[in-house]
Amino acid sequence: MTSTEKAAMPDALDRAFAAAKAIRKAETAVQPIIRMKDIRKSYYIGKPNELEILHGIDLTVHAGEFVAIVGESGSGKSTLMNLIGALDSPTSGSYQLDGVDVAAANDVELSEIRNRKIGFVFQTFNLIGRQSALKNVELPMLYAKIPAAKRTARARQLLDMVGMSDRIKHQPNELSGGQKQRVAIARAMANDPAILLADEPTGALDSATSRTVMDLFHQLHKQQGKTILLITHNPALAEECDRILTLVDGRIVSERKGGGSHVG
Amino acid sequence: MWDNIILAMQSLRANKLRALLTMLGIIIGIGSVIAIETVGASLSGSITDSMSGFGISNISVSLTQKTGEDETSGIRVRMFRNTVPDADDLITEQMIEEYRAAFPNQVIAVEVTETAGSATVIGIDGEDVTATVTGVNDDYLAAEDVELLYGRGINNAKDAQRKVCVVADRFVTDVLGISPVNAVGRAVELTIGGKPQTFYIQGVYAYDEEDTGMTMVSVNSDDDDVVTSVYLPLNTARMLTGSSTAGVQSLTVVAANEVDTTAFLKTTQSWFESWYARNDSWTVEASSMESLVSTITEMIDTVSLAISAIAAISLLVGGIGVMNIMLVSITERTREIGTRKALGAPRTAIRVQFVVEAVVICLVGGGIGILLGMGLGAAASSLLGFSAKPDVQSIAMAVGFSMAIGVFFGYYPADKAAKLDPIEALRYE
Repeated sequence: MTSTEKAAMPDALDRAFAAAKAIRKAETAVQPIIRMKDIRKSYYIGKPNELEILHGIDLTVHAGEFVAIVGESGSGKSTLMNLIGALDSPTSGSYQLDGVDVAAANDVELSEIRNRKIGFVFQTFNLIGRQSALKNVELPMLYAKIPAAKRTARARQLLDMVGMSDRIKHQPNELSGGQKQRVAIARAMANDPAILLADEPTGALDSATSRTVMDLFHQLHKQQGKTILLITHNPALAEECDRILTLVDGRIVSERKGGGSHVG
Repeated sequence: MWDNIILAMQSLRANKLRALLTMLGIIIGIGSVIAIETVGASLSGSITDSMSGFGISNISVSLTQKTGEDETSGIRVRMFRNTVPDADDLITEQMIEEYRAAFPNQVIAVEVTETAGSATVIGIDGEDVTATVTGVNDDYLAAEDVELLYGRGINNAKDAQRKVCVVADRFVTDVLGISPVNAVGRAVELTIGGKPQTFYIQGVYAYDEEDTGMTMVSVNSDDDDVVTSVYLPLNTARMLTGSSTAGVQSLTVVAANEVDTTAFLKTTQSWFESWYARNDSWTVEASSMESLVSTITEMIDTVSLAISAIAAISLLVGGIGVMNIMLVSITERTREIGTRKALGAPRTAIRVQFVVEAVVICLVGGGIGILLGMGLGAAASSLLGFSAKPDVQSIAMAVGFSMAIGVFFGYYPADKAAKLDPIEALRYE
């Protein structure tokens, strides 16, 4: 648009354009990573023993947040985590993950969402046996069809980041629990996901190793601005997060700010 | 795909014994099919080989009665049909000469023989010596590679009905007890059909123990029982047997090496048939050892194919074993499958991974089976005395078949793995 044209335009229209642009910009800025609205999940649908586990969950997680979800066992924590992780589809409600409608996705689309948008960190590490740390980290990139050379380079870089560069050829059974979890975190980061989904990541570790793993999460959060969702029943770990959501009987009953981390 | 193959190899190596046991069915199946094919090839090879001594590409032409279905012979004619050919029905000297003239490049020789039966002579050591007595035409000795040592062969024009003979060097030493050098011109008394007759030796040929020619049948290699041939002029032999001199009932055509026997056999048959177009009851039929051998070889091929098919049943059993082990492997690796799915593996990727694993098991098994089968086949064929190798085609088929088994029996377990619920799979202990 040249200045002469611009001058010729009515002021009102000009203002309208500017306003629309500002709104769009604001929308993009506040576009949350996770936007769940009235999510319900039932099992044994249509049978006499039909059971609703989640009774309308509303959850919004913004980019760069470190959120903890705490709850007793049986509170629906795992079910919620499966839904957030696109391992399952909700019975009703809407769920958008990084702008993608997960609730409506089919099986192939779900696997693509898991591959590109989510980085899983499990309590039991779930590294693939008989495969080196390097191969484990490469795996999500393999499914993303990234060329071999690029895969290996990125995997090395990630293992270096988690401090495992001297163990890249080791197989899982040659690694300690803390080392395994660090490899698993490197693997979760492989496709630069929108969110890291950590389900009791320190559940199988002693307190000292737990600390190093939590420090690694804080480091990813602070230094790379990674959005992290931590599911735990450990209140002390939850306190380290920005925001703590408490889940009781399939409902989010409380939401408060956490203390944040001591890590710089 | 390459990653999947490496992965499959790794899981094979991790469970060596289990992999070997799983492969056993495939190994035995492929191995026995290859071994049987090799033995079959060795058998037909050795038959062809041993038959070639008999003049495998020679064409024999003989008189045969026309069959009732033949349009030239009606029911009326059949009533008067002769069971023995008359003198006018025989293949004449003129026909043979014209035949030779018609195919000068293809025909090397035409052998005509008249078997006069066997003769016994009292040997120098008092024991009976037996020899077969055969009247032959001029071509015969040369065509049968009979090597003359002393004197001359048979020349029917000169020798006509003379009582002369060509004998083996061995016959001379056994009967006369003299050196074959001095045998030419000596008389020998042969008892043919109970009648003693005196013949003069006009030639001595080298007896070849290895020669398996049809006229020299050595019943066994025991020294005393060696039967040699005594050759007479054709008409002399006919005189002994009382046969007609007008012609022959059968003859043997020695074709040139480069001639296609099968095609020339047909040409020969139709050439001779033209002489018998107006004959009510007789015609000629041409046949060759080669066609007989090819019939035998075909039979062996059919038999080995049938046995192979039975052996292939063990491939089916092997395939079921592969399926079983894949199902076990998938149950064992449920968590791994769950993890892979959580990391973004679509169903197809999981399916391909396990189908490739099944195919790799089958291909490795098939490879071992091929080696085993080649080893067994080589051992068996060396026992048969004719070494044969399985052809590339059957090896390619074995490889293709093991792959097909892998895909067929690997698909169901792989599909089961692909359809696992990731949540259930991750929770699996």
